[in-house]
Amino acid sequence: MRRRPDVMTGLLPAMPLAVVFLFSFVVPLLVLVFLSLFRTPQFTEMGFDQYVRFAGEGYNLKVLFDTLLLGVEVALIALVLAYPLGLAYVAAPPLGRTAITFLILLPLLTSSVVRTFAWIVILGREGIVNSTMLAFGLWDQPARLLYTWGGMVLALAQIQLPLMVLPIINSLMRIDGNLTRAAEGLGASRFRILFTVILPLTLPGAVAGWLLVFAAAVTAFITQTLVGGGRIILMPLYIYQQAMGVQEWPFSAALSLIFTVAVIGIVAAVGAVSRRYMRGVDAA
Amino acid sequence: MQRSPQDRLYSATIGILSGFTMLLLLAPTAVVLVISFTGGITLKFPPPSWSTRWYSELLVSNEIIQPAITSLKVAVMATIGSGILGTAAALGIARSQSRIARILDALFMSPMVLPAMAFGLSLLLVFNMLAIRLSTATLVLGHIIICIPYVIRMVGASLQQLNPVLITCSISLGASRWYTFRRVTLPLIRRGIIASGFVAFLSSFDNVPVSLFLADARTEVLPIKLWAILEGSLDVRVAAVSGVMVIATLLGLLAAERFGGLARQAGNR
Repeated sequence: MRRRPDVMTGLLPAMPLAVVFLFSFVVPLLVLVFLSLFRTPQFTEMGFDQYVRFAGEGYNLKVLFDTLLLGVEVALIALVLAYPLGLAYVAAPPLGRTAITFLILLPLLTSSVVRTFAWIVILGREGIVNSTMLAFGLWDQPARLLYTWGGMVLALAQIQLPLMVLPIINSLMRIDGNLTRAAEGLGASRFRILFTVILPLTLPGAVAGWLLVFAAAVTAFITQTLVGGGRIILMPLYIYQQAMGVQEWPFSAALSLIFTVAVIGIVAAVGAVSRRYMRGVDAA
Repeated sequence: MQRSPQDRLYSATIGILSGFTMLLLLAPTAVVLVISFTGGITLKFPPPSWSTRWYSELLVSNEIIQPAITSLKVAVMATIGSGILGTAAALGIARSQSRIARILDALFMSPMVLPAMAFGLSLLLVFNMLAIRLSTATLVLGHIIICIPYVIRMVGASLQQLNPVLITCSISLGASRWYTFRRVTLPLIRRGIIASGFVAFLSSFDNVPVSLFLADARTEVLPIKLWAILEGSLDVRVAAVSGVMVIATLLGLLAAERFGGLARQAGNR
């Protein structure tokens, strides 16, 4: 009989935040769902028109697909870039590890506008890439790198890289040294150890990093609009235009809900598939 | 130990690839610092000449200084608000195994999963419906929600490492719960609170998706202002602002490492 009141008093300090969350997080999201069910921006009649409109126009589906594709491409590039750094971190002496940690944290903590601005300088018409290529005579005229899909993917991969490196380092650090030593003792080469021991064991970290980068890349409004430019329309800009530009409140509410469900759906699906695969690794 | 050529190839490969990634991590920060001292009027790299003219120009650019002050104010208030609410909540739920505590934990962490734009838009719609005018207060409220997951995670992690025997001892020796909190719990989780405050401050200062909907002409914040400037033209003053922000981040990182052991916290994630 005494347990229950104890549980409640224990939770008491969490109550103020619970109330704040109820009124400024849970209720607004319910309102968002509610408003997406109106047929017109004047909120007169209710219906599923906004969702029908979304599914009916190929343009909307293309914007959603492009956004998700961007996330997948960025996360894959970041994954490839992050592994060697993680391996170097584990092999480094303590001072080297501290240096690498700072190298990872500094961009992570620098404002995303600043990091995006850096890429404008790098990719611009008179930027680093163009001046280098022209100076070496590799290109005879400056190439357009800013406001292109490729430039945007590369910039985002670099900007979100810390989110990938940290979980990978975390899972590399957890590997039992006896396993790699055993593989070495049995005569496996370093490459073989990497592919048959290290990579499978660090899959959880890779998946965690992949999901973080994916979620960050698809919602990266600033980088998408400044490096991708106004001609590449992705979901965040689309939602912003529909809400603040043309004040299509119900449609923008529906857009943001569809986007949310798509992102969370992919995160959940990738998580579930990888957990199933990892159980398979354990069983084998 | 005799190393085979293949092992040397492995070390060389990892060395080259990780070196490339390190360069990629460092380059943008270095680029921003270098370009901020350009003497030219474009973002030409390398700069044709050197000067501090853009920093001087910045000092008299009220339209940039004003949003910067607003951003600082909002970030300080959001940090304090999320620090107090979040630390209290973490104290309540971190050690509890009850169902309600698990549900609350999931709720408090959910702003991290949800695309923040949907949340920003939803808050705007609610304020519109209730005819609440946008102000610094509404902006701070939105930012507090965004900062909460960091506080819950980092302070929660400090609480997990806390030896519960210390609390039991203090109580059994006759100290009140409040006294125990002030003299035992708080000093032991101080590092976690400082580190989470640092991260909360930065995530508020840098927030775009919520400010995009909740900041109006009177509460214009720095990231949105810089975005608007860069959308229109490639203004070199942004380089000077960026230079200031990079240096401030660097100093903040060193301070947070000194007082909160941020690097260790990051490794513990």
